[in-house]
Amino acid sequence: MSSVVETTPPRSAEAGHWGTEIRSDVHVSFESRDSGGVEISLESRVAPYYGSAILEQTREVLGDLGVKHARVAIHDEGALPFVIAARIEAAVRRAGVALGKRSLPKPHPLPEPSQRDRLRRSRLYLPGSEPKYYINASLHAPDAVILDLEDSVHGGEKDAARILVRNTLRAVDFGSCERMVRINQLPLGLEDLAVVVGESPDLILVPKVEEPEQVREVDRMIGEIKARYGIIRPIWIMPILESALGIENAFAVATASENVAALTIGLEDYTADLGVVKTLEGRESQYARSRVVNAAHAARVQAIDSVFSDVADLDGLRRWGEASRAAGFEGMGCIHPGQIRVIHKAFQPTTVEIEKALKVVAAFEEAQGKGLAVVSLGSKMIDPPVVQRALKLVERAKAMGVIS
Amino acid sequence: MSVSVNANQRVELAHNAAGRAVPTMVNGKPQIPFLGTGKYQPRGRKAAPEISSNKDYPDTGDKRVADLETALRQCGLRDGMVISNHHHLRDGDKVALMALEAAARIGVKDLMWFPSASFPSQQSAIDLMKKGVIHHIEGSMNGPLGDYCTQGKMRGMGVLRSHGGRYQAIQDGEVHIDVAVIAAPTADFFGNADGSHGKSACGSLGFALADSTYADRVIVVTDNLVPFPCVPWQIQGNNVDFVVEVESIGDPAKIVSGTTQITRSPDRLRIAELVAQFLRATGIMKNGFSFQAGAGGIALAFVEYLKQMMKQDGVKTRFVRGGSTKFLVELLQEGLTDYILDGQTFDLDGVKSIASDPRHVATSPFTSYNYHGKGNFASLVDAVVLGATEVDVNFNANVVTHSDGRLLHGIGGWQNCLFAGCTILALPSFRDRIPVVVDEVTTMTGPGEMIDVVVTERGIAINPRRTDLLHAVMGSKLPVRPIQDIKAEVERICSKPARPKLGDRPCAVVKWVDGTVLDTVWQVG
Repeated sequence: MSSVVETTPPRSAEAGHWGTEIRSDVHVSFESRDSGGVEISLESRVAPYYGSAILEQTREVLGDLGVKHARVAIHDEGALPFVIAARIEAAVRRAGVALGKRSLPKPHPLPEPSQRDRLRRSRLYLPGSEPKYYINASLHAPDAVILDLEDSVHGGEKDAARILVRNTLRAVDFGSCERMVRINQLPLGLEDLAVVVGESPDLILVPKVEEPEQVREVDRMIGEIKARYGIIRPIWIMPILESALGIENAFAVATASENVAALTIGLEDYTADLGVVKTLEGRESQYARSRVVNAAHAARVQAIDSVFSDVADLDGLRRWGEASRAAGFEGMGCIHPGQIRVIHKAFQPTTVEIEKALKVVAAFEEAQGKGLAVVSLGSKMIDPPVVQRALKLVERAKAMGVIS
Repeated sequence: MSVSVNANQRVELAHNAAGRAVPTMVNGKPQIPFLGTGKYQPRGRKAAPEISSNKDYPDTGDKRVADLETALRQCGLRDGMVISNHHHLRDGDKVALMALEAAARIGVKDLMWFPSASFPSQQSAIDLMKKGVIHHIEGSMNGPLGDYCTQGKMRGMGVLRSHGGRYQAIQDGEVHIDVAVIAAPTADFFGNADGSHGKSACGSLGFALADSTYADRVIVVTDNLVPFPCVPWQIQGNNVDFVVEVESIGDPAKIVSGTTQITRSPDRLRIAELVAQFLRATGIMKNGFSFQAGAGGIALAFVEYLKQMMKQDGVKTRFVRGGSTKFLVELLQEGLTDYILDGQTFDLDGVKSIASDPRHVATSPFTSYNYHGKGNFASLVDAVVLGATEVDVNFNANVVTHSDGRLLHGIGGWQNCLFAGCTILALPSFRDRIPVVVDEVTTMTGPGEMIDVVVTERGIAINPRRTDLLHAVMGSKLPVRPIQDIKAEVERICSKPARPKLGDRPCAVVKWVDGTVLDTVWQVG
């Protein structure tokens, strides 16, 4: 796909998926021709309602991509317009046509820029080649959605997934969820950035980070693209440490760029690197997780835990989440919407903690009002770090909707 | 205005109280267009079967004959008659086709087939229509039979009735059944029959009740003949002319599901949970309340969520209405309901329960849905949770056709359930890109004034007529929003769909529970 080829002889390619098991996706076969205009055939389960809309959209997308002569066969399984556009573009690009051109769907207004220390209790993984999960993801109210280009996308699908994720960032309403993208391990991840950063994701997860330079490389590239597109809102970075070396370099990685907002750990790869079995109790990763928490706090970024992979075991998830919060993590990944509520509950401060913090905050405000430097509660003097922790806890509890 | 129904027949159309154009004549019978709910009250006396005398039946009580063909001959089956069947055995039923094929062998033509519902496994009825054995079907048609009808290939017009409406049509004499053929999982030689036991056990036989008492001739077909008496006897042998023993009345694997499955879709689970939360927030979920939910994935999940909330709040129901499933049976066994009043039995747990637990009671469309009864149970139910293929901004709903006009489902008990205290439609706001919340339904099956709440994954819409419900949820955290809002959001996501072009030839009508014509199903393509 790296060489520009004029369309003699005709080149053909395909992208997307169809079949009885497929929903909300579309398969596009594209054949570039030298003459004869654009010829489109369409099969769709929604043809009576959207047949002409799909044909019209196909012509528009081909127009954007500068395609004048082609044969296109579309097999639609009820895909939404942003998916149709992505699949057509992927097929056209695979055919070696339309280099340097894009076809962007109608944009949805961008949400508020993301705050560095916003709530990140849960981030819901959405596979980068499964469009059916996107449109309703925010209804389950995770703190973040993460469009994944790495492990959930087959090696041969990376190019198409990038375009789909780009269109998704542009067109899908994710409500108040932070919009994250997990790119591939470098250097492949740099190609992902080139496609998706223009649509202002809120945060980029960088997998398998071992050295601070990898973070700086990502940061530089994001900075260049932002400058090119005139993007001024922040795009945060969350490095994922997934190896013994990565864990050893945790602090250096967390401080590699001021855009690092959180640090997380990938336990599947980490335990594989150590050659140990990943257990439910997680004793084998206790050191690494503690190291991540410590490094993150030292670097003043959030420490975020791995995922809990048994979606049926909500009780185990709750225990894991509670232990995770107790260890100093502020959130974890979810691989199923059913996990979100359990995780939020686990990362929520307890009633006792909230009551205590509210008392400390009240005492602090009273002291402030009286112009006193020393905060006291009853007969006890409260140390400044305790006040700071209480203020943060109350603010978090408000953001979680636990107190108003 | 008139339209042609076939080469040499035209029919007048009238606009009914719901604003829909409906034929004034169906299969040679004059029709009354829908007048509005509760407006139509026929007078006169109910229909009745011929007088019979017990001297014409054997003193031994043994009414067995060799086979169905013999039974149909002795019933005097001839051209143009009405033959009925029932759908207790669902997609596993073999008896309906057995009867129709026996009729074909006798050589009769132009039968009107009057099933309480038809299933995809009965698609060879199409061949019998092509051969002229069946003239047309009055009863639910889905899958291939529905396509055959909406392609305009059936000689007569389809008539879709609710379970209660079918009972009403029989009582009104609008449909006179000449021969009823009842599949019975257990029966004795006298014709007493029941569905709760036997290798083909299916639970309640309530759908056959009207046929057994109003048809001129009644045949019971069983694969589990027991010595007299068959106890219990939901069908009374005193109404039965002949008993036929066969090897098998159906495929047990398709009669009941091994286990009915809760949806695993997170979006649908969200809908189910919102419905349960709604009942709790409005105070409908209180001690001694009652509800009905079907066997669909969302409805089952709803029961599970509601059950948790009932336990948390220390609340139980006086009764729940089936279609029964494992999930209702668990409510009974855990003391969370006093009774299950069961219209049909969907899974093995339900069948086992109805056969062994006296608190699990078999009911019929007479007790539950009948328009000409002196009241019925449907209006005593506090809340019902139903599905639909489409609902519009006026809360009118469609359950019978796809948005493209093809027949998809029967009405079942759906229309009858609309009389509950709170009718809730639980459905996704769109399916594959096709909006479910629309400007105007393709086929009106339920008038919006009867539908109180629409629960989708994108929020809860309450019918503005129900100010009490709107008031009850004020201050709750539920995502309550106008139905127009949900529709607009769905159109932003999917873009506005084109209206599929429907033909101008009526191929079926949808009856309201009182027998008036609510809407027309038009030929497609």
